[in-house]
Amino acid sequence: MRSLARDFRAGELAVLGAALIIAVASVTAIGFLTDRIGQAVALQAAEVLAADLRVSSPRPLDPARMETARKRGLQTARTLSFPSVVFSGDDSVLTAINAVSEGYPLRGQVRIAPALLSEPAIIDGVPARGDVWLDTAVLARLGIDTGAQVEVGASTFTVAAVLTYRPDQTPGFTGLAPALIMNIDDIEATGLLGQGSRVSHAQLFAGSREQIRALAADIAPELPASARLRDRGDAGRELNDAISRAGRFLALASLVSLLLAAVAIAMSARRYAERRLDTAALMKSLGAPQRFVVISSLTQIVVIGIVAGLLGAFVGFGAERALSVVLSGLLRGDLPVPSARPLALGFGTALILLAGFALPSVLRLSTTPPLRVLRRDLSPPPPGAFLTYGAALAALVLLIYWSVRDVTLLVIIVGGTAVTGLVLFLVGRLLITLLSRGRSRVGVAWRYGLANIARRGSDSAIQVVAFGLGLMVLLILTLVRNDLLAGWRATLDTEAPNHFLINIQPDERAGVRDILVSNGLPAPEFVPLVRARMTRVDADAVGDRRFRSERGRRLAGRGANLTYAEQMSASNQLVAGVWWPAGYEGEPQVSVETEAARDMGVDIGNVLTFDIAGVQLTATVTSLREVEWDSFQPNFFMVFSPNSLRDYPKTFIASLKVPDDQRGALLKLVRTHPSVSVIDIEAVLDQVRQIIDKAALAVQSVFVFTLAAGLVVLFAAVQSTLDERRYESALLRTFGARRRTIFAGLAAEFIALGLAAGIFAALGASVVGGLAATQLFNLDYQLDPTLWLLGTLTGVVVVGLSGVLAAHGVVNTPPVRTLRAG
Amino acid sequence: MTEESLIALRAENLTKQVNSPEGALTILDNVSFDIDGGGSVAICGPSGAGKSTLLALLAGLDEASSGSVWLDGTELGSLDEDGRAALRARRVGFVFQSFHLIPALTALENVMLPLELDGANDPRQRARDTLAAVGLAERTRHYPNQLSGGEKQRVAIARAFAGKPAVLFADEPTGNLDSATGEKIIDLLFDLNREQQATLVLVTHDEQLASRCDRRIDLAAGRLVPDS
Repeated sequence: MRSLARDFRAGELAVLGAALIIAVASVTAIGFLTDRIGQAVALQAAEVLAADLRVSSPRPLDPARMETARKRGLQTARTLSFPSVVFSGDDSVLTAINAVSEGYPLRGQVRIAPALLSEPAIIDGVPARGDVWLDTAVLARLGIDTGAQVEVGASTFTVAAVLTYRPDQTPGFTGLAPALIMNIDDIEATGLLGQGSRVSHAQLFAGSREQIRALAADIAPELPASARLRDRGDAGRELNDAISRAGRFLALASLVSLLLAAVAIAMSARRYAERRLDTAALMKSLGAPQRFVVISSLTQIVVIGIVAGLLGAFVGFGAERALSVVLSGLLRGDLPVPSARPLALGFGTALILLAGFALPSVLRLSTTPPLRVLRRDLSPPPPGAFLTYGAALAALVLLIYWSVRDVTLLVIIVGGTAVTGLVLFLVGRLLITLLSRGRSRVGVAWRYGLANIARRGSDSAIQVVAFGLGLMVLLILTLVRNDLLAGWRATLDTEAPNHFLINIQPDERAGVRDILVSNGLPAPEFVPLVRARMTRVDADAVGDRRFRSERGRRLAGRGANLTYAEQMSASNQLVAGVWWPAGYEGEPQVSVETEAARDMGVDIGNVLTFDIAGVQLTATVTSLREVEWDSFQPNFFMVFSPNSLRDYPKTFIASLKVPDDQRGALLKLVRTHPSVSVIDIEAVLDQVRQIIDKAALAVQSVFVFTLAAGLVVLFAAVQSTLDERRYESALLRTFGARRRTIFAGLAAEFIALGLAAGIFAALGASVVGGLAATQLFNLDYQLDPTLWLLGTLTGVVVVGLSGVLAAHGVVNTPPVRTLRAG
Repeated sequence: MTEESLIALRAENLTKQVNSPEGALTILDNVSFDIDGGGSVAICGPSGAGKSTLLALLAGLDEASSGSVWLDGTELGSLDEDGRAALRARRVGFVFQSFHLIPALTALENVMLPLELDGANDPRQRARDTLAAVGLAERTRHYPNQLSGGEKQRVAIARAFAGKPAVLFADEPTGNLDSATGEKIIDLLFDLNREQQATLVLVTHDEQLASRCDRRIDLAAGRLVPDS
């Protein structure tokens, strides 16, 4: 133990410990987060439905079913939900309206507070007629508190409470929209329900397991194709899938820190072993067996592993709390206490890292020739390549598999990491070579610093990559993301529509047009919308069909919005087939958006069957289109020839540009046509941006670990060169160098290294940003000078300071050491 | 010229003690001597006699427990560490047994180093000339690990002489070389010393080498051996 304390002060064990702490912290933080959310999901699987069984449909459901269930002794409730705008004076907020019947929620609890910022409490019951409960976000945006009046459709309500929690808040966009709860008996008067409106009807049931099973068995066969039956298991599975995907992504992000930590561990273990060679040789010359030599070193390593594992788990736990705060809003509050599993994960990580990256160096001690006590130049044979790389590779594969649990993904990641690592390393080397080219033109301190970087070329390249990588990701997540968003916004036509009107009944078209035109707005173009569900592709039922991608399955399986048009919209482009001629009255034809067609495995000539309010419509695919989605024109995956859809029940949608000073027209429109929903695209874009910001912040916090790991690599590398540096510092002082000069040399070295890391990061971020802009988003990417400025500045400051901090002690090495060395 | 200025090095009652578990250990005990400018002096004695310690004190690499050292007319005790370093950069050259070249720098850069530390004019050309003088004009861009032992010591000698030092300290300069190479190195050292009129202070226990010097100072157990 005493030798442990001494070795710890010597530095390399401290670096090894720090690397372990960072690795364990990053793994446990992510582990705790996903574990907690996973547990919350398991607990709340029933709550998510607010029932044991939930039937939902875009069309009204058979009320007789509720009656039957009640007679069988089950509890029942009913909800209606849809997006609509809540007004207070001239201010409006798009809100998820939930109209609920007595008994809601059957499972889980609603929590409300008497006023903004006051303590919420569980409420048993639903809002009284004429009252609504409103989300904090809605109240804040409208600038009101409880007691105020708000307008929803044609009705006026009193805000009776602040809604802080409701159980059936699903993740995803609608789940994130702020909510309103009202009594279902008030809904008729709002006038918001109309034929074909975007209302989701739900019937909730709760009872014993047997009752639910029997009911589900009875209901299932008689449900229309548009309806959906979900029990607790389904809800839990869906959520779990989404969460495990997010968890896996975060785990992959933390893998980068893990890799860097592994590099630091390998470096410090190597130095640790080298420093113990003399002791090992002496012990062996005095008769100690190999086993003794190994065990005494292993004990130290294991103690470090346990302590660092504990500390790392502690840091990870704290970081998870911080992450939860960052993600608040994306996640729901009141997560349960995490299980001990992440702790095991953290400890396992520590042990695997040590076994893979530290053990080979330590084992090498056992082969130290005892003759070294006489001849110091004798070193043990280097550990076999098989042992070193085999152990490291095995550790890596194990760690990655543990994160992703998927063999295909594992192969992709290991291959990808190897190739990426090699490319990054080569880029790092190139930067180092370029930097050291400049050394014949600089002063002695800089020459000495640059020469040091060049001499330790590979180590320097690893440091540049290690630090540059973390910095690069952070740059991408901050600057590049904003640049891309700004670039995308800039491409949006300023004349592009900023509002959608949805749910316009056929007989309301004239009235809506009149209000808009009389308020000085242009007459909108009404686009028909028919709700349907795809049932067959050729002879295959959609449910039985194998899809090329998950997206294809979802697209085909969910409720579809269909339209028909004589002519193709200007924001569409035909890529295959032919559009129907004007006045076409033949067999029904459909034109499919090209990406959707690819995902669903649909091509020209396929016959698609749709269920529209119980009637089957069959149409042949005759063309494929590319759609410019960000034109904000009403666009559709499926466009039919007019004759095929004309006679089905439909609503209309329209898009229009409303200048800020004419928003009053919308208020009039909603008051006279309450069932028409107005969607403010700006507000939607803002919400999307907020979600992106939060997600990016979460990923950023994970990459802070990467940055820290990069710094530990730097410290490990400096550690491994300290002896050399001390010797050279003494030598330089012998030749008459002042401390200041030596210090300047050190600073030059690390500033140059930081500069290289900064250039590396800015270069990488620019390349990734450029590729994302041109390949993913079809944007022109402009090189951002702040990116380069911030990247190089951060690199220079952080690496410069850390390096000088790690190595500054060597400046004080007395020059007389030159006479004693060698 | 006064008599003082003819003296390159003066040691006066030089004592060096270090602390050990058994109490203070005296390594150098009240050593005094003068070394005139321009000649060559061998400091001889068995292992542990205090030769290297004396060299360290004379060059200002270490501080004496008591007593004084004048180097080229300057009393070292009056200077702080950076002051002593500046004096070394200007007036002192070193050649070591294990060469002590900086591995990251080329032969040329190693020779340039003390010139640059002293802020000399045109260090590159001067270093090139000195390397040519020791017969290494073709090796300027080589790194230490690309040179043989003899070549390394030549670079070290070039480095020591490039700054035209007043005093050149050599610590067992042939200790790590075979006798034939060592012979050549010593010839080179003495030739350059003569050419540049520097004072050569050589620590050695090679009797033959010591006999080539103008004078020898013998140490035994930290004291001067009388008549040396």
